[in-house]
Amino acid sequence: MIRLEGLSAVLGGQPVLDQVSLDLAPGSITGLVGESGSGKSMTALAIMGLLPPGTRATGRVMLDRRNLLDLPEPEMCRIRGRRIGMIFQEPMTALNPLMPIGDQVAEALRLHGGLDRTAALALARERLDRVGLPAPRFPLTLYPHELSGGQRQRVAIAMAIALRPGLLIADEPTTALDVTTQARILDLLKTLAREDGMALLLITHDLAVVAGMADRVAVMQGGRIVESGPAEAVFRQRRHPYTRQLIAASGYRPARNPRPVPPPLLEVREAVRDYRLPQGGLRALDRVSLTVGRGESVGLVGESGCGKSTLARVILGLDPLQAGQIRLDGQDVTAGRRMPRSLRARMQVVFQDPFGSFDPRWRVERLLAEPFHLTGRPPDWRDRVGAALEEVGLQPTDARRFIHEFSGGQRQRLAIARALIIRPALIVLDEAVSALDVRVRAQVLDLLARLQADHGLSYLFISHDLSVVRGMADRVLVMQAGRIVEEGPPEQVIGAPRHPQTQALVAAMPVIPAEWV
Amino acid sequence: MRMALTLGGALAGLALAAAVLSAVWTPYDAGQMAIADKLRPPSAAHWFGTDHFGRDILSMAMLGAQTSMAVALVAVVIGMGLGVPLGLLAAARRGTWVDEIVMRGNDLVFAFPSLVIAILITAVRGPSALNAMIAIGIFNIPVFARVTRGAALPVWVLDYIRAARVSGKGAGLISLQHVLPNIAGLLIVQATIQFSLGILAEAGLSYVGLGAQPPTPSWGRMLAEAQTMVTLAPHVAVIPGLCILLTVLGLNLLGDGLRDALDPRLRVPR
Repeated sequence: MIRLEGLSAVLGGQPVLDQVSLDLAPGSITGLVGESGSGKSMTALAIMGLLPPGTRATGRVMLDRRNLLDLPEPEMCRIRGRRIGMIFQEPMTALNPLMPIGDQVAEALRLHGGLDRTAALALARERLDRVGLPAPRFPLTLYPHELSGGQRQRVAIAMAIALRPGLLIADEPTTALDVTTQARILDLLKTLAREDGMALLLITHDLAVVAGMADRVAVMQGGRIVESGPAEAVFRQRRHPYTRQLIAASGYRPARNPRPVPPPLLEVREAVRDYRLPQGGLRALDRVSLTVGRGESVGLVGESGCGKSTLARVILGLDPLQAGQIRLDGQDVTAGRRMPRSLRARMQVVFQDPFGSFDPRWRVERLLAEPFHLTGRPPDWRDRVGAALEEVGLQPTDARRFIHEFSGGQRQRLAIARALIIRPALIVLDEAVSALDVRVRAQVLDLLARLQADHGLSYLFISHDLSVVRGMADRVLVMQAGRIVEEGPPEQVIGAPRHPQTQALVAAMPVIPAEWV
Repeated sequence: MRMALTLGGALAGLALAAAVLSAVWTPYDAGQMAIADKLRPPSAAHWFGTDHFGRDILSMAMLGAQTSMAVALVAVVIGMGLGVPLGLLAAARRGTWVDEIVMRGNDLVFAFPSLVIAILITAVRGPSALNAMIAIGIFNIPVFARVTRGAALPVWVLDYIRAARVSGKGAGLISLQHVLPNIAGLLIVQATIQFSLGILAEAGLSYVGLGAQPPTPSWGRMLAEAQTMVTLAPHVAVIPGLCILLTVLGLNLLGDGLRDALDPRLRVPR
């Protein structure tokens, strides 16, 4: 049993944690919910004794009647891994790419458990079996790059539970994963907590994720826990306004007026795209056909690797097709120089990663004006940049700032402003809100809906998460292994999915139980 | 880390100041012989002493700094001027035959021992400081091409490059506007390192008589001329040796310091 009592922390004169108290009981699951910067990761780091240098922590983190905050570093090293395990958001960087997975899991056992290599590897095998990577398919000699994101996260979990710690901290363990993978990982964590009597602290920004899982929920804002209690009570009572905002934002749908039957703008006919790989060919797009009407939003949903990003690239004229045809406004879309600029200027794109989407050395005005390359820069381009900034809810004075001065949500607004500046007909939104906190996501969805109504834009809304697409799409396409397997209005696709892939996606959607809402 | 930058900057700055100053002023005329004053140890009149012709070593060392720096600078300019565009081209056309040709051409140049090629060039074109610049410059080309390509490849997969492509920009414009500014820090560091290697190479070529020709003073040749008298008047050999050592050390420290200061991977994460 670990108990946090009045835990406070100050970093650089700024309070980052303020009187945080939590009980983490064996076999129980505690959901710690809040947005970026709310202090939820800081809480985890404080428990682990891994606060950034220069942080002053006060209060108590009690384990076995000892205050972990007072322990010297060598003592904490023995507690980390052995008594408290932790997994992180990014399974791609959590593993050493040069070490076989068996050795990585065995390392903790040898270091803390004092086992020899053979015994440690035998136990590592057992742990990997436990997290759903059974022996015949997943030998200990596999390297991380031979595994998918979800499988790597399972290896990270196996490492964290190798010594059977009393507490497992999972910091946004599924945010970087597909919804279907997320559902499986969450299932695994739940089983581990229940069957092995481990306390689980699940940190997430999405209330819907903890709704189906946690026994207790604590909502964090500005370093303080503003509401906590049994999960159902927190969802039903919603005493704090911030909790109400978070619940409203989870699964938010902006108000929209879809048009009845719009004339087609984008037509993809029997598109085929093959990749040559060392181990043979891969058909990323297998005779895909779709249309996007004028002023229509079409959602495209599928797991990673299903071909949806490839489809986005060929539509944008960045990759060539091997067969088939793409027409925008009746004109052929082709990759490379043959595609006329006037046609390119009718499409723009917003990417997922708000950090990688902008050249860090350019000022906002230059970044936003980049699409003018297609149309020629008008004399009043600075005014146009200012207007675009205002349109997405930022200040015209922001034009002189650099990109690192903006938050993730603001950057995604800037990405939308950049896409809008040459007034395209179609915007491809490639996981455009997936990396955002739920409340910011709701605001960006609102913005997209308003801009669509104002300018008659068409959206191709690509995501791995049906719940994101549901609120924005007039029509949903479900993609699997390079094919479109189901198509229909969102209510129909989600309410009565016909294809097994769609059923899997629907089942994986994190939802707050209807009777709690 | 700050220490390396400061010390390196001071040493390299001193050599640079000496080189610049020697263009307008030296304590004595470096070519003027005074046999009566030969092999004098350092004194108030001649701070670094005199050589076997009675020439002032301080004046010669200052002019030698000028020669070394000029050769190394031109060699770096040649290397960057050709190597960086080649590297950007290879990165922009990664995985195609263009990339193959550029990089295999690099391997070809790398495969030759650089001193042998320098001797070949000077044998064909005659020994001179200019030919030393060309010879050293040619070997800088593949170094810059490789560093540029290696640094540019991870930039090419970022979303802002894709956004620029959606904005209709071609590979050339993207390389110039987005890729080059984002890898500039790395290239500056590499330039410092190549600069110090250029000074070493120039000293080596002059030492074997393939660099700057008399009467142009050069550290390498001063060292070569002094070696027969090293027991008689050690300072004649020690001083040009120290000049080379301290300048190269200074430039290496500067390069290390700059790398720590400029390398984005060592920066605080965003």
